[in-house]
Amino acid sequence: MSKIDQSRIRNFCIVAHIDHGKSTLADRIIEKTGLLTSREMQDQILDNMELERERGITIKAQTVRTVYKAQDGNEYIFNLIDTPGHVDFNYEVSRALAACDGAILVVDAAQGIEAQTLANVYLALDHDLDVFPVINKIDLPSARPDWVKNEIEDVIGIEAQDAPLISAKNGVGIEEVLEAIVRKIPAPKGSIDNPLQALIFDSVYDSYKGVIVFCRIMEGKVSKGTKIKMMATGATADVVEVGYFGAGQFIPCDELSAGMVGYLTASIKNVKDTAVGDTVTDAENPCSEPLPGYKKVQSMVYCGLYPADGAKYPDLRDALEKLQLNDASLFYEPETSVALGFGFRCGFLGLLHLEIIQERLEREYNLDLVTTAPGVIYKVHKTNGEIIELTNPSNLPDPSEIDYMEEPIVNAEIMVTTEFIGSIMELCQERRGRYLGMEYVEETRALLKYELPLNEIIYDFFDALKSRSRGYASFDYDIKGYEQSELVKLDILINKEEVDALSFIVHKQSAYERGRKMCEKLKDEIPRHLFEIPIQAAVGGKVIARETVKAMRKDVLAKCYGGDITRKKKLLEKQKEGKKRMRQIGNVEIPQKAFMSVLKLDNDR
Amino acid sequence: MDSLGVYVHIPFCVQKCVYCDFLSGPATRQRHQEYVEALKREIERESAEYAEFEVKTIFFGGGTPSILEAEEIGGILDCIREHYRLDPNAEISMELNPKTAAGDKLTELRKAGINRLSIGLQSADNAELKLLGRIHTYEDFCRTYYQAREAGFRNINIDLMSGLPGQHMESWVQTLKNVLALQPEHISAYSLIIEEGTRLYDRLDEYPPIPDEEEDRQMYQETKRILAEYGYSRYEISNYAKKGYECRHNMIYWQRGVEHIADYVGFGLGAASTVKKKRWRNTSDMEQYLHAFCPEKHFGRREPGQQDSQRLSAAEKNRKEDIGFQPQSNRNLSKEESGKQTIKEDVEELSINDCMAEYMFLGLRMMCGVSKAEFAESFSKSMDEVYGAVLHQWIEQGMLIQEGGSIRLTDAGIDVSNVVLAEFLL
Repeated sequence: MSKIDQSRIRNFCIVAHIDHGKSTLADRIIEKTGLLTSREMQDQILDNMELERERGITIKAQTVRTVYKAQDGNEYIFNLIDTPGHVDFNYEVSRALAACDGAILVVDAAQGIEAQTLANVYLALDHDLDVFPVINKIDLPSARPDWVKNEIEDVIGIEAQDAPLISAKNGVGIEEVLEAIVRKIPAPKGSIDNPLQALIFDSVYDSYKGVIVFCRIMEGKVSKGTKIKMMATGATADVVEVGYFGAGQFIPCDELSAGMVGYLTASIKNVKDTAVGDTVTDAENPCSEPLPGYKKVQSMVYCGLYPADGAKYPDLRDALEKLQLNDASLFYEPETSVALGFGFRCGFLGLLHLEIIQERLEREYNLDLVTTAPGVIYKVHKTNGEIIELTNPSNLPDPSEIDYMEEPIVNAEIMVTTEFIGSIMELCQERRGRYLGMEYVEETRALLKYELPLNEIIYDFFDALKSRSRGYASFDYDIKGYEQSELVKLDILINKEEVDALSFIVHKQSAYERGRKMCEKLKDEIPRHLFEIPIQAAVGGKVIARETVKAMRKDVLAKCYGGDITRKKKLLEKQKEGKKRMRQIGNVEIPQKAFMSVLKLDNDR
Repeated sequence: MDSLGVYVHIPFCVQKCVYCDFLSGPATRQRHQEYVEALKREIERESAEYAEFEVKTIFFGGGTPSILEAEEIGGILDCIREHYRLDPNAEISMELNPKTAAGDKLTELRKAGINRLSIGLQSADNAELKLLGRIHTYEDFCRTYYQAREAGFRNINIDLMSGLPGQHMESWVQTLKNVLALQPEHISAYSLIIEEGTRLYDRLDEYPPIPDEEEDRQMYQETKRILAEYGYSRYEISNYAKKGYECRHNMIYWQRGVEHIADYVGFGLGAASTVKKKRWRNTSDMEQYLHAFCPEKHFGRREPGQQDSQRLSAAEKNRKEDIGFQPQSNRNLSKEESGKQTIKEDVEELSINDCMAEYMFLGLRMMCGVSKAEFAESFSKSMDEVYGAVLHQWIEQGMLIQEGGSIRLTDAGIDVSNVVLAEFLL
């Protein structure tokens, strides 16, 4: 297939709310298009990482090319670009969408439209994609396909009456979806004769090939030997190989031309040189304008990562280095904590991203980690005019040097059934939300719009949302910008010693409440010692809350039965084992999980 | 000639006490007899291993050893005399429940060779006794005590417990004073530990509150003060004696250096042994134990390795239930070279590190502490070389004290001795 007819290419993605069956449908499409036999199918092919499969989510955008022989007798090339489903990865989603010409909207036949359905479909429409709906899970007893069709038409305003009714899980209705792809998704445009203009929508690092750039060719062509230039980063390189995506493998070809989706490798060493959203062009015959929409990915959430065993610091460094090769949005720099020793301040797209990185470090690199409280980037305006972007609370300047501080604010949309509106509004209020408005999407469901400080939603907002709506609320947000705010640093003192790893920035009004809860939580987490341990929360040196871990008075094995030393020894061993998982702060042993417990302050509600 | 302490476990009692997590339970007379027979065969069979030892102490523990007939105890002792070299001055102790031994039985026990009694009183308060599930009253105890004296026992220990449900300082002091009036040679005063798997643990909320830690520790301190007044000195965390009446058998467990008194071997169900740096324990599975020694009599016939609960007849199951305790797994089940079935489990060779650690954490239970000189002689390393940092830490925190060439626990250290001793594990 050296010469490919542009009119026989379909570049598309699938968008959906989480769990509505996006990845399952992708699997079925790959299966039915026949490049793979059923035997070769591993469940959810596109979710490559073990972690992705386990969590049932897509973390990195994945792409696969298949060939479909349609009812009109022609063979079509499908480039299916799978997109991450989570708000943390919104930017990747938007770049993946930009590489497509159309999108399949999957809606759960029982649940209908959710917050992310809307967010993703609007994102797709923003990119001028042709969207057609598919109603999934019609095998469920609670499925209401007609009702969902109407909802799609009413809320989103796209035609839905002829939407395929499918069960991706059971393989029902997939043919219909394939025909709809041919019929409803437009063929790509662009001329092979124009200068090369290609959009980078992902890149991965491979230890043999180096950086592999995933791109959609908008104009022109690229082949082995082309000298390319990244328009945003300015990096240049010679193309070593071009090709397309088999299922889980890279298949080299001679040339990628306008309309095609594929990959290229070049003499590029650093994944950072191939920023997602950047435009690739021919260095010797460049296009005049880069493709629109490029922005530098900015980490939103920061926390300290420390090896539980200080000696593992070099291992952690190596692991982060390797992960970053594949994940340009992961940021890290070394830092030192009095309490935790040597570690790294790491930046993430969001809390899910943080959790994923943490889990991968623990699982794939066998590291035992201690994580400090996640925070956002605060802008500290100093009296001398200097502005600091603060990611580590410990670096907050003396209050006398601070003019004012700003914190990031998000625009949040929460979809909720009407019965829970009250409790969700209450939650948003507690989290310093500013009410913007409410729209009824149908009689029993509303879309609440709030402005919320990012630092109020990164901890456990999602959990709280779910628990207060019995799992029915869904949530999406995007960053609005920075606003001035009354922020203070809350310090925790254990046995009169400040524990830097437990400090965090909090709104002045919440300081007392948070401080009190921290102390309570730590009191439960810190085992009794041979002496009394005061736990204090302080703001600017003033103690605002206090708890005490009482001294242990009795821990004695009174009777040593019948010479049974083994039993006694086991008891002592258990005691000693417990100590190993502790961090020593002054005289006090603090269990590692105490450092994480601060993340879950609202769980007891 | 090496010295040996012999422990004999009698896993039977009339009724399980609510706090008891020992390997014991009620059983039928027939089961008692089968067990005694098996015990004697075990003692005989093992004797070849101890030809070079002289037995310095014998201790019948339980359970309630006094639940057996005096002649059964005598039979076991005779068996030991017949197959082992027994020091004529050996300390021969037996635990005794006041309700299970009256006048004549005590005389017979004395005649059979028992020369030290350890009577489980626990409390002189009848209400407290009832709550614990004890089968005797304080008055039962007094009668037994006087009869024991009449029977010629000159070395008697009384077991007491503080920290009981509903107990308070006054009732504890009263218990102590009542007991002191009897002038026993030895008093063991344990602080109650609520162990998982006991009735007390499972239903703690049905009992009156146990004293809080503060009060519990006051009781402990008060015990030491009052007993000292009456001429008893504390020689181990929970043990007090008049001069010269320290329990020699128990000291075998605690003193493990070159100057250790003896090795010890345990006979019977679940009994633990440490001989020549080797440690093991007997099976805790009654069926397996009986079968190993009396295969012809014991009709719960099983092949080695067969899981007992699976192929028992209904009758056998009933009998098992009346034993009142669960058999443990029978791992390590194998044939000895002689072709006999072994019942030894968790066999372990002690490394030098094990020995050093045990020397410390067992030795420190003794109020005389551990000797730096003996440590160096035992292990060819100085105590400071191995434990310098740990010793320094605890001495600084007031948990240990160094006097002369010895290290011992302070009163504060005793209260939290698990925390202190755990640091000596290597």
